[in-house]
Amino acid sequence: MDLRPKINDTSCRCVILTSIDEKPAIEIDVPDDSFVQMIKKTGGPNIQNCFQCGTCSGSCPAGARTNYLVRGIIRKALLGLKQQCISAKELWYCTTCYTCTDRCPQDVKPTDVIKAIRNIAVAEGYMLEPHQKTAQKVLEAGHAVPLDKDSWQDLREKVGVERIPPNASRYAEAIEEIRKIAKKTGFDKLVEDKEEK
Amino acid sequence: MAKKKSFYHFLGCIIPHRYPSVEKAAKLVFNDLGIDLLDMDGATCCPAPGVFGSFDRVTWATIAARNLTIAEAGGHPIVTGCNGCFASLWDANYELKHDHELRDKVNENLAEIGREFKGTIEVWHYVDALYQLAGLEKIRDQVTRPFTGVRMALHPGCHWMRPKIIKQKDDSERPHIFRELCETSGAEYVPYKDELICCGAGGAVRTADVKIALEFTKQKFDSLIAAGGADMIITPCPFCELQLDAGQVEIQKYFEQEYKFDILHVVELLALAFGHEPDEFGLATHLQYMQRKSEPAWENLGIKVGEH
Repeated sequence: MDLRPKINDTSCRCVILTSIDEKPAIEIDVPDDSFVQMIKKTGGPNIQNCFQCGTCSGSCPAGARTNYLVRGIIRKALLGLKQQCISAKELWYCTTCYTCTDRCPQDVKPTDVIKAIRNIAVAEGYMLEPHQKTAQKVLEAGHAVPLDKDSWQDLREKVGVERIPPNASRYAEAIEEIRKIAKKTGFDKLVEDKEEK
Repeated sequence: MAKKKSFYHFLGCIIPHRYPSVEKAAKLVFNDLGIDLLDMDGATCCPAPGVFGSFDRVTWATIAARNLTIAEAGGHPIVTGCNGCFASLWDANYELKHDHELRDKVNENLAEIGREFKGTIEVWHYVDALYQLAGLEKIRDQVTRPFTGVRMALHPGCHWMRPKIIKQKDDSERPHIFRELCETSGAEYVPYKDELICCGAGGAVRTADVKIALEFTKQKFDSLIAAGGADMIITPCPFCELQLDAGQVEIQKYFEQEYKFDILHVVELLALAFGHEPDEFGLATHLQYMQRKSEPAWENLGIKVGEH
């Protein structure tokens, strides 16, 4: 059962936590677990162990300064509120420090759940432009942080190493292999610049 | 006699392209300890675990696996000095060895470029190689310039020890390995409350919102100052180093607050402790110094620099 229509399309206004409209009750005796199954497949297999103790959010350095709430995202995911989960900008405030994972008494692995939700978000078109650019750089230069200026080569010479290191900065064929992989997985299409609607 | 251990030296992006002093310092330190670092020709981005791991797990694992196949072909383990690269290479290696569905998908992708992940090598961090392979005893023997009286704070970072249940390396709530390694330099360890929180850069957060990332960093600095301050902060990761080092210049811009901490990668600390001069690996090329047109606080670090 798809619960999306029931939440009054709050997804596009996800920053607004309350509204003048009362939200319809979510029927948890008929849970929509299609989203949970997707998350489990992308690497968050233990998500259903969560009993909402809040240790994750209490441990979270991102949650201490933003409205990123791991505990809330996991509960939303379990309620099948996919659109709310994947469209929320806060999803991108997790630094993947794994403190929540190391402290979770239920072995939920919240960090992996967050990464799995991000995978689904990106597949449905929710990605931040700076991340898209970083991904594109790897396809262009073989590196997320490329040797893109002479001054970086000068820096290398100054410390006494060869101007161009023996990585993809030196070997064009390595970059070619990365592009072939990205083409095969569809990653190139995923991160290419999209036409403005 | 045991055969001399050789590693493929996985450079990644930030070490060779922004903090080459770490690359040089690693070469000096490993050479002093009799461990060979081999060039890993044609290695690419690990790829960046924050962006790639968050975007598409299969593409992330395939690019990481491609790097692993280079080492598999040569038959030596990989060593990296970056927590981010470690998070991609070690984690992908582990996941590919345990998740057969992922492995099949990855190998199908790798077939496109004539490669195959076989799962025959291990991925090490500099910290592991120094602590486990060289050993603290041997490292102490190399120390000719102990940092006696120099106050040292630590930033162990996240991914070399977390998630602890998978990495099985150190207790991430009370880690001791990195501290013991750094203490071989003779410096005095200064604990502070937020030693174990993330620098703020990881998980693609620095890329998404640098100001939020810097708030993490600032919290760490304030926590350290509350504990009485330190003469230097040591980290095992160049991305953390970038965030703590160049981050000070950015914090000044965004928050109008000035911090002056010298940030060293653990191999830079050891290179100095082993008696190498700062100029031998270019300690003064850290981005903080380049951007501020400043230099390390030599006196606080207890280093006499003749020419300066």
